[in-house]
Amino acid sequence: MSNRLVTTLLLVAGLAAATPAAAVLRVLATTPDWAALVTELGGDRVNVYAATNAFQDVHRVEAKPSLVARARNADLVVATGAELEVGWLPVLVQESGNAHIQPGSPGYFEAASQLRLLDVPAGVDRSMGDVHPQGNPHVQLDPRNIALIATGLTARLTQLDAAGTAYYEARGADFQARWQAAIARWQTKAAPLKDVSVVVIHKDQVYLCHWLGLREIGAIEPKPGVPPSAGYLAELVTRLSAAPPRLILRNAYNDAKAPDWLAERIHAPVVLLPFSVGGSAEAKDLFGLFEDTLNRLLAALK
Amino acid sequence: MTFSRRHGSAALIACVLLSANAWADDLAVLRGELDRIKSEYSTRIATLETRIAELEAQAAAARAAPPPPPAVASRAVGTGTAFNPAMSVILAGNYASLSEDPATYHIAGFVPGGPGVGPGSRSFNLGESELTFSANVDPYFFANLTASIHSDDTISVEEAFFRTTALTGGFTVKGGRFFAGIGYVNEVHAHAWDFIDQPLVYQAFFDGQLAEDGIQLKWLAPTDMFIEFGAETGNGDRFPGTQRDRNGANGGAVFVHAGNDVSDSASWRMGLSYLDRNADARSYQDVNAAAQPVTDAFTGNSRTWVVDAIFKWAPHGNPTVTALKVQGEYLRRTESGVLAFDTLGANLVGDYRSTQSGWYLQGVYQFRPRWRAGLRYDALDAGATRIGVVANGQLSAANFPLLAGASPRRATGMVDWSLSEFSRLRVQLALDEARATGRDRQLFLQYLYSIGAHGPHKF
Repeated sequence: MSNRLVTTLLLVAGLAAATPAAAVLRVLATTPDWAALVTELGGDRVNVYAATNAFQDVHRVEAKPSLVARARNADLVVATGAELEVGWLPVLVQESGNAHIQPGSPGYFEAASQLRLLDVPAGVDRSMGDVHPQGNPHVQLDPRNIALIATGLTARLTQLDAAGTAYYEARGADFQARWQAAIARWQTKAAPLKDVSVVVIHKDQVYLCHWLGLREIGAIEPKPGVPPSAGYLAELVTRLSAAPPRLILRNAYNDAKAPDWLAERIHAPVVLLPFSVGGSAEAKDLFGLFEDTLNRLLAALK
Repeated sequence: MTFSRRHGSAALIACVLLSANAWADDLAVLRGELDRIKSEYSTRIATLETRIAELEAQAAAARAAPPPPPAVASRAVGTGTAFNPAMSVILAGNYASLSEDPATYHIAGFVPGGPGVGPGSRSFNLGESELTFSANVDPYFFANLTASIHSDDTISVEEAFFRTTALTGGFTVKGGRFFAGIGYVNEVHAHAWDFIDQPLVYQAFFDGQLAEDGIQLKWLAPTDMFIEFGAETGNGDRFPGTQRDRNGANGGAVFVHAGNDVSDSASWRMGLSYLDRNADARSYQDVNAAAQPVTDAFTGNSRTWVVDAIFKWAPHGNPTVTALKVQGEYLRRTESGVLAFDTLGANLVGDYRSTQSGWYLQGVYQFRPRWRAGLRYDALDAGATRIGVVANGQLSAANFPLLAGASPRRATGMVDWSLSEFSRLRVQLALDEARATGRDRQLFLQYLYSIGAHGPHKF
């Protein structure tokens, strides 16, 4: 009996010693896109949890108990920043009892800090709606942004887990090479989308439009974050009927009602876009997200 | 020259003629080689041409796409806001129509707490204007001040606390004045309530909301499930405690909260809390058997248990269109000590013991964007209170009408409309049977406006 116990103990100890240092960094990502990017860059050395899914509006997320628990155990928080998560992330950070993820610490990373944002307002007043004073925070739909964020993120992973430096740098270089090749491919493929007129719901397609040269000629929300009134919609129909957009863009998390209503009246197709990783069956990772977004846009154009 | 060339040519021709037979094979080989090289090169050139065409197309596409935004190294980050400190103001006000005189309001069977009990005044009322300043103090502390300006031009400090940000291992220390961590709704500020007023049981047990002047320690367990333990202590001068002329702390509270997700769409949190307080001559107004006003006072120990639960649902966690929130709490309080009757007159003192309980259950459903409807039911049980001076026959129970056994009830319904997340208009109807007799039909219209950078709310 005791012999067997000793054998078991030795076996367990041996296994523990032999197990490679797996998942050394616990990462809480605010969106599935950042979770996907961290997975690309961190591989086996990271354990990633996405705080939201593609069907959630990242402006409106509950600071759920499960998220507080994840924040408590995180070595790194990867957020969008620019006040996108201002309604819930501060609660997680404050309630976490975790000094490592406080803003300003290496364990707190904001994607927006790696970029120059579009739509930076000259002045902010809430009569303008839910305007972000630091600029439009919906940065993930320009793949060139992803590349810049990846560079910053690789540096951050290296800083937090120095033992994995070579690993992160190799993975980072590999990702960048694959990503740049994909960007070139996507840009060739997306050439027919240039100057195509679109109507959006919220101002969260700005970076996609900017990248592809889509021309935004209207928004279903009269002001960011403000749902449309019947009067505003009627006005929109009148204005757009004269020169309808080629496409109406709807994100996976958007309610179908308003875009469908508009589409019926102005005779333009609604394109349902994944918007984030997981927003469609095809958007399994970041590559799939862009691939599927372009496929859907191009298919709708035909 | 001419001669030599002629001779040379002749020699060459001769040579060629002579060796023609011998070279014929080699020539064929050479020609084959040349052909092979030619075809190989043309394939390679074709490949290169295709590649150049591809690259040109890509370059054209790249030219067509606008230049990528340049990187900006290490810009300021912030989960909060550009303003420092974050400042916010909440304005609230209401119109109240009450069928019963609010001056006669009391929760039957329960020792009155104070101004936190009751529906407020009739007609138009300016509510509390809440002023909040908050910011990180330094890399180690966060500080928050919430002051409340009342309609009678007085100002009170609702919360004024510091909280640590530099501790690890799940520990947080909070100190100053803060809402006690017991129950669920106790920590929620008035502007975030789902109804215009607090549940009856909170009014009866904590005079609306229990604040602590003291210190609180919380520890979050290192699990994927949310499990939080907390303990706090302070001077305990708020109802049901009183100020005491002592150096030590007056009791304290311990609590544990647990929570998790059921699915993408649903989450819950549950809690169990225990509050211990001591009261020194906690006085209140009652009338004696002859309907003369008297002041009675309780001295002793007050212990309260709270069980709370909240459940929230929204499709995929997206509350834009529809969302549901169900919460309920059960509170049970035991007070034991001595009760003095008519402290300014007869001053008869006897033992006192009460065990009282109450609960509420409410649900709020967002049925379309910006519109919510809610229902709440309140029930209290005043229990059988032992009053020593009545038990020993010194006085009749008629001398303690406020403590007569009762089971107050209230049913409330509300609808609110939020044009944006910063404004809310609400209509609330209630049938309030908290008094010993009479049914108060209440109608409220309320507005809530938030300006400035208001911090986010907890779950």
